[in-house]
Amino acid sequence: MTRLFRDIFPPVVVLLAVIAATELTVARGWIAPYLVPRPTQILAATVENARELFTATASTTTAAMAGFLLSACVGVSLAIVLSAGGWVQRAFYPYAVFFQTVPIIAIAPLLVIWFGFDARAVIASSFIVSVFPVIANTLTGLRSTDPALRDLFRLYGAGPVASLCKLRIPFAAPSIFTGLRVAAGLAVIGTIVGEFIVGTGLGGLIVVARREQRVDKVFAILLLSAALGIVLFTLVNTAGRLVMRRWHASEIE
Amino acid sequence: MSHARISTNILERTSAELPAQPAVILRNVAKTFPGGIAAVVALSLTIPKAEFLAILGPSGCGKSTLLRMIAGLETPTAGIIEQPHPRVAFVFQDSHLLPWRSVLRNVALPLELRGEARQRCEDQAKLSIDQVGLTDFTHRYPAELSGGMRMRVSLARALVTNPDLLLLDEPFAALDEITRTELDEQLRQLWIARKMTVVFVTHSIGEAAFLANRAVVLSARPAKIALDTNIELGLQRVNALRGEPAYAEVTQRLLLALEAGASRP
Ligand SMILES: Nc1ncnc2c1ncn2[C@@H]1O[C@H](COP(=O)(O)OP(=O)(O)OP(=O)(O)O)[C@@H](O)[C@H]1O
Ligand SMILES: [Mg+2]
Repeated sequence: MTRLFRDIFPPVVVLLAVIAATELTVARGWIAPYLVPRPTQILAATVENARELFTATASTTTAAMAGFLLSACVGVSLAIVLSAGGWVQRAFYPYAVFFQTVPIIAIAPLLVIWFGFDARAVIASSFIVSVFPVIANTLTGLRSTDPALRDLFRLYGAGPVASLCKLRIPFAAPSIFTGLRVAAGLAVIGTIVGEFIVGTGLGGLIVVARREQRVDKVFAILLLSAALGIVLFTLVNTAGRLVMRRWHASEIE
Repeated sequence: MSHARISTNILERTSAELPAQPAVILRNVAKTFPGGIAAVVALSLTIPKAEFLAILGPSGCGKSTLLRMIAGLETPTAGIIEQPHPRVAFVFQDSHLLPWRSVLRNVALPLELRGEARQRCEDQAKLSIDQVGLTDFTHRYPAELSGGMRMRVSLARALVTNPDLLLLDEPFAALDEITRTELDEQLRQLWIARKMTVVFVTHSIGEAAFLANRAVVLSARPAKIALDTNIELGLQRVNALRGEPAYAEVTQRLLLALEAGASRP
């Protein structure tokens, strides 16, 4: 209870202070309302468009979740294959880095050509943006297995499958969750970018609201997508804590 | 505790009484790492069955390398190691437990990896946990234990396979003095009860004298045998032994050999 208070109270105070300060500066005319809308105005816009915003948020959430899950499964599996090292890693790792460096905004139109104006294009965009941190962190985790434990498994005659399942993957758990936490935020960003082009969900709404010069609506959508990112991040974080609840704090990066 | 008791104990078990069959034979073993570092050069050593051998030597002289070669974790670059044991156990300097497994499941791990049935794994693990005195902590996790307890779990994990060769690489070096002497006593008792061959690498002269029946002192890298001596301080050893003149004589002998070996050109 006190812990909850300790963790929740400070950010809430900061949030309220920022809202109050913004409301004040905009109401006094220090910042033009067509640049930054008043928080009360954003709230009004949210209520006014509640139905539309709700549907869009639902669609964005589904796509972001799908993109994230795809990244998690493909990323971890790919990292396991790459961790075999040798020529496999040398041959394929550069192409994993490709996901990290590709400018998603440039590739999104291509996705539409391939998948159509369709949720699949959005999910693909979400996946491309979020998969690399999963691959890179899982790979780091799989490579950092305690050498003494590796020796121990060898001494007791453990095969490669037993070593992978009972030692290397659990040992990499802290790194895997580091990757998944980063991927959660990125999956939402990738989804919104995809929706910019496809025209669905919160990303699609931003395009329309901007065209209509509805800054208050743009802000409402921005806040919703940020909230979505935070929710996904928190879910992953909680899952990680549950999985590693037995670990000592010093063993979790 | 008295002097008289120790003298009679010496008669109980001398090296002549030990079974003479060798457990491990090293013939002219050498190890040169890629990069040209010669860790061990032409080392020959015979370790009889049921012996408690301590290996001492200056830091970096090749003790761990030697132990890893005996375990089969490292192959010698020259020479032959005869070590026909199917059941070898290894204890490292730190406990190296799996943090996601309870004490019970950590101790059961070696049996599990050998494909034994789950029930048997757990039964054996419980026996082993009893032996190191951690019965009350069977279902705890490593993060909830002290350093000394974790080392005990590590010892239980090594004993669970009923090894006939137990290799320990500075197992208690990271512990405080009191915990360490406690564990020394416990290890000695386990050895008496189990009749296994033990090779114990340590930096501590006192620990070697207290635990072992024979000590081999290695010189600075590349490792060569500087002294090979029997330690006849009786079978049952208790902490008070550390105050006895006979014990002081042994540690003095080991210290001289260690110093001479360390300053070798
Ligand atoms: N895998 C390796 N590759 C290259 N050199 C190594 C390797 N392992 C050990 N060495 C070298 O071999 C020498 C002996 O190492 P070893 O670990 O056996 O010493 P040690 O006697 O156990 O030392 P300590 O008392 O500090 O544990 C050292 O100089 C070390 O640098
Ligand atoms: Mg060593």
